[in-house]
Amino acid sequence: MLYREAGQFKASYEADQQIFPILQDRIGVLLLIGFFALAVPLFADQYWLKAILIPVLIFSLAAIGLNILTGYAGQLSLGSAAFMAVGAFGAYNFMLRIDGMPFLVAILLGGLCAALVGVMFGLPSLRIKGFYLAVATLAAQFFIVWALVKIEWFSNYSSSGVITAQQIEILGFAFEGPQSKYLLTLFVVVVMALAAKNMVRSTTGRSWMAVRDMDVAAEVIGIRLMRTKLTAFAVSSFYCGVAGALYAYTYIGTVEPEGFNLDLSFKILFMIIIGGVGSIMGSFLGAAFIVLLPIALDVFVPMLLGDLVSSSFVSNLQLIVFGGLIVFFLIVEPHGLARLWQIGKEKLRLWPFPH
Amino acid sequence: MAREIGDVILKMEGISLSFGGVKALTNISFDVREHEIRSIIGPNGAGKSSMLNVINGVYHPQEGQVTFRGEIRRDMEPHKAAKQGIARTFQNIALFKGMSVIDNIMTGRNLKMKCNVFHHALHWGKARAEEIEHRKKVEEVIDFLEIQNIRKTPVGRLPYGLQKRVELGRALAAEPSMMLLDEPMAGMNVEEKQDMCRFILDVNDQFGTTIVLIEHDMGVVMDISDRVVVLDYGKKIGDGVPDEVKNNPDVIAAYLGTSH
Repeated sequence: MLYREAGQFKASYEADQQIFPILQDRIGVLLLIGFFALAVPLFADQYWLKAILIPVLIFSLAAIGLNILTGYAGQLSLGSAAFMAVGAFGAYNFMLRIDGMPFLVAILLGGLCAALVGVMFGLPSLRIKGFYLAVATLAAQFFIVWALVKIEWFSNYSSSGVITAQQIEILGFAFEGPQSKYLLTLFVVVVMALAAKNMVRSTTGRSWMAVRDMDVAAEVIGIRLMRTKLTAFAVSSFYCGVAGALYAYTYIGTVEPEGFNLDLSFKILFMIIIGGVGSIMGSFLGAAFIVLLPIALDVFVPMLLGDLVSSSFVSNLQLIVFGGLIVFFLIVEPHGLARLWQIGKEKLRLWPFPH
Repeated sequence: MAREIGDVILKMEGISLSFGGVKALTNISFDVREHEIRSIIGPNGAGKSSMLNVINGVYHPQEGQVTFRGEIRRDMEPHKAAKQGIARTFQNIALFKGMSVIDNIMTGRNLKMKCNVFHHALHWGKARAEEIEHRKKVEEVIDFLEIQNIRKTPVGRLPYGLQKRVELGRALAAEPSMMLLDEPMAGMNVEEKQDMCRFILDVNDQFGTTIVLIEHDMGVVMDISDRVVVLDYGKKIGDGVPDEVKNNPDVIAAYLGTSH
């Protein structure tokens, strides 16, 4: 009964084309943002902020980036982690080498570096598709990590390319505790998620989806394939780059190129597959799922089995359960959590009636 | 009828197209006049769709010359044809399956939109005004095709006949001066065919759009076409008004076979 849009008539195209056309959605999103911006920092403890909420937000941003490229524009990529690395090392170098560089500008510039690199590695997409493109982006993954280790200038000549993120300071306010870092991350992620939502519902996004669904038809109605694909690579890598910079500055603090390895790229790919390919909402759900599931297993498996088994068995069991759950999920709902969410909403519209 | 058939706007001269050793088109010449309905017919594999692909720049003929509105064409690419006002639909539906009807038709207007990705990210001011302005035009197309009730449905869920209609809408949204329709009535029942015929005639009549049509239903072709060109095995075997073509012995032979 609560989620019913009957009676919400739209009298103008403006009203019909809002970012969230249904009143309850608008209220829901505002409540959600309000909850995470006001209530959570007040009540959540350090562990939750540092180990769960901040990484979930950062991975959501990276997942949005990959979703733009793979979910919306249909270009498979295995290089997300590498683009994150470019963002992290880019932001680090801008902070390091330019005096008085504002933090937010530095992460944006880091993102722009990633966008540039992304466009470069996106060039093969003009010729190749699908799995072959995935292999081409795999080259980006290995090359970038190798270059960041090999060219010592990037890490300011530290050993094995480790960088330590500088202190974040905006307008004289130092972001030290997890609370302030969390709020900063939340701010960046919310703004960028809304921007992504705006992009995918306008001509840019429609062109991406057109290229994804039927590239010949897209070209025939005047969409430039090259421009559209490269825009997707640029925007996607920008999002990954900013996520990488946040990863270094508000989450880990000390990062090395090897941290942005293929495993991380796959993790982000799993996030969008489980969350929902071609959905901004799904990016958040997928990131939360992948971050929370191992932690939940950590807590519940020993609770259920108690002292019956050794701790090494427990950690192995976790991997098995993790993999099993992912397979189960993909069979039950191949379109991901975002689709489940949508089905839930549709059920809610009719509730308490079945049809 | 209000429309008047004008001068020749598209001239194909000596077009030959081959893929490796396979000759799809051999030395074909014909022209299309402004505002007319020009049909291309022929048995399967005659090269009809290849011909359309040549017209809108998907295929590049090895020989021959295409003149569109007095301009001889070089290095044609599909998006350039779109810019010149040539729209098209496909034989097997080429809609964007993941998108709603509105979004599909909106993509048809992409060439008329000026905002860039930064405007879109903000979706404020200019970008929003543009989106609303084009939505109005899209709604006009939706009204014209009488598909108001499905405007927000993802096209993948629509029945075949409606998908064909949406595809026509997407082509129409670009406000083209010439439309290439590749079997718009294939696989339809009688009522759907009648509807589609009516839309094609209305488009031609109200907007003066020149139409190049490929169709297998001879009743339809002979009824609505101004002139018909007949292909067989990549060669032109007939060209003229429907009555002429109907009585052309080569055409009859190609369709029915002859005893020798």
